[in-house]
Amino acid sequence: MPNDSTQHCIIKDGIIQPDHWHLVTIPETGNYDIPPGDIIVPLKLWQEQADTLSQHPGKVGIWINSHEEPEWIADKLRQLPLIAINFPIFTDGRGYSYARLLRERYHFQGEIRAIGDVTQDQLFYMRRCGFDSFALKEGKDMETALNGLATISQSYQAAVDQPQPLFRRR
Amino acid sequence: MYVYNDCDQQIVNDRVAQFRDQMQRYLAGKISSDEFLPLRLQNGLYIQRHAPMLRIAIPYGMLSAKQMRMLAHVARTYDKGYGHFSTRQNMQLHWPKLEQVPDILADLASVQMHSIQTSGNCIRNTTTDQFAGVAKDEIEDPRPYCELIRQWSTFHPEFAYLPRKFKIAVNAVRSADRAATMVHDIGLHLVTNATGENGFKVFVGGGLGRTPVIGSLVREFLPKEHLLSYLEAILRVYNRYGRRDNKHKARIKILVRALTPEKFTEMVEQEWQQIKDGPSTVTTAEIERLKSFFTEPDYETLPEIDTSFEAHRTQEKVFANWVSRNVYPHKKPGYAAVTLSLKKTGIAPGDATHEQMDIMADLAERYSFGELRVSHEQNIVLADVKQSDLYPLWQDAKRYGFATPTLGLLTDMICCPGGDFCALANAKSIPIAQQIQERFNDLDYLYDIGDLDLNISGCMNACGHHHVGNIGILGVDKKGAEFYQVSLGGSSGIDASLGNILGPSFSEDAIADVIEKIVDVYVANRIEEERFIDTYRRIGIDPFKQQVYRNA
Repeated sequence: MPNDSTQHCIIKDGIIQPDHWHLVTIPETGNYDIPPGDIIVPLKLWQEQADTLSQHPGKVGIWINSHEEPEWIADKLRQLPLIAINFPIFTDGRGYSYARLLRERYHFQGEIRAIGDVTQDQLFYMRRCGFDSFALKEGKDMETALNGLATISQSYQAAVDQPQPLFRRR
Repeated sequence: MYVYNDCDQQIVNDRVAQFRDQMQRYLAGKISSDEFLPLRLQNGLYIQRHAPMLRIAIPYGMLSAKQMRMLAHVARTYDKGYGHFSTRQNMQLHWPKLEQVPDILADLASVQMHSIQTSGNCIRNTTTDQFAGVAKDEIEDPRPYCELIRQWSTFHPEFAYLPRKFKIAVNAVRSADRAATMVHDIGLHLVTNATGENGFKVFVGGGLGRTPVIGSLVREFLPKEHLLSYLEAILRVYNRYGRRDNKHKARIKILVRALTPEKFTEMVEQEWQQIKDGPSTVTTAEIERLKSFFTEPDYETLPEIDTSFEAHRTQEKVFANWVSRNVYPHKKPGYAAVTLSLKKTGIAPGDATHEQMDIMADLAERYSFGELRVSHEQNIVLADVKQSDLYPLWQDAKRYGFATPTLGLLTDMICCPGGDFCALANAKSIPIAQQIQERFNDLDYLYDIGDLDLNISGCMNACGHHHVGNIGILGVDKKGAEFYQVSLGGSSGIDASLGNILGPSFSEDAIADVIEKIVDVYVANRIEEERFIDTYRRIGIDPFKQQVYRNA
């Protein structure tokens, strides 16, 4: 499960800044609360409670898990200010493809946030794939993690941050 | 060969700094060993049975003399003075100190070398024919395309956390496949289409390991300019749909098989249609730029046959033997490609000492325009030797232990480091190789047996490619004891096939006898010039079974 809403700072647009979004997770059993303000809800909840959520006083973003595909939401992207992609474990790399697809194929303009098992050494790849905010795994130092954003200064391939491969720029 | 410009150098330098920082954070306890694992693996650093192991990338097997000397330097300075050349054209150090690895990488970067993505669940070193650029029936030199793939795959942001490792190999000759492309995740064959244009035939999902598979054809002809977008489509389908729940079922071969090759191809083509003709379309200028690094050296105009070479060959049978096995014909008249054997009896196949590496660098400068190649069979190749230099080169090679004239013969084995070094292995493999080399030490007999690939792996991971050996030996664990399973009929060549298991496994001391019996069956049954693999394919496994298990 991703970090909950107690985390108040985030790396966004290359700096550490306060975060106003609340991440909503649904426990396996029992009730859950939808907090006031801007919320990020699970895809399933968003699909099932569309009507209720449309009345929510605040912005509503969604988060998808690594088995939930961007194609499922492709036609509804304009309603979304933010999509968070969960990394249940850092070795699960599906989210990198999802972010690129959201940006390059579906031209999603909102925020794409990496949540879950997110640490310094993934940030460079994530940024290149179109993520622009990063909720680090609990206990990780954000100051140090900023170094991870631009750890390699040149890139060979085309990606979201640099749509021209190096061979077209040489 | 390819020479870095400022951008290429910057990328490698940045990596050294990045890894130094990661190592410091790990040693300071700021990242856990679980978190450090993929970071070190993507730099080729394993923690092995006795010590760490560092795998250094040798892109598509090409080395300059200067780079070979650097390998000698790191083996001497940071290790026990030797290195191991692997089947994927890389070199491994088996005893470096963990905390010195950043220094090793800095030394390597000074000669345009690195260990980027030599391990881990990412795109690995692209391999090719050790005779690339000099083979007679080559369609086109594959190395510019290997370099293109190297650059594209280096730090590819989308494909750094794949379900499992991913290996690409390129072949460019019609008559052979020296890069074992059919047992790679992607095998690319340079081909010419009906209109005379060169492109790639694309195979996906070959592999060894627990589930050996021959690759499936997914595209008959891919125009060159689409190479990267097509690879990207394949990798994206794999990254999204490859299994991640079970590491033994995570390779792309399992996905291709589960979906069927037809369905997999359809998904790739569908993905490709959406990214085709985008910015990753390779420009003619880039192909020309890469080709400019692989132009011909300053060959002299020479007669087809050198008379002094011919004279030595007629006069000295030992030299003639070496020429017949270790010298490969060259596209240029009067030139030849020479294989320096790393298969001396008593030495682990593929191992070389730092002195030997320095000497090989000297030989390359003296005889072959200062370049060397590493072969899939774990030998070193000097690809551009004048025929008139073959005799002196042979004498030098003999002096330093590189002239074992057994290339392609039974004792020119492919062998993994095995249980003596590797934490994964079930059984030792190097002593088995040695036992066989000692049994078959009569050169005349070896020559009479002729072409025979014998491959040994210490475990299911199949680093010694046992599935595709004409004779394959696999180390297995039986209630804590080391046993060896033998298979017959594998081939990694153009006629790629997987071996069939002969029967119950054998104890270590029985292996040489078993191999001898197998060879006896071949010798008794062969017709004229038939190779072992041809006889096997004609008569099947039963006669071998009967002979080997007769008194069991």
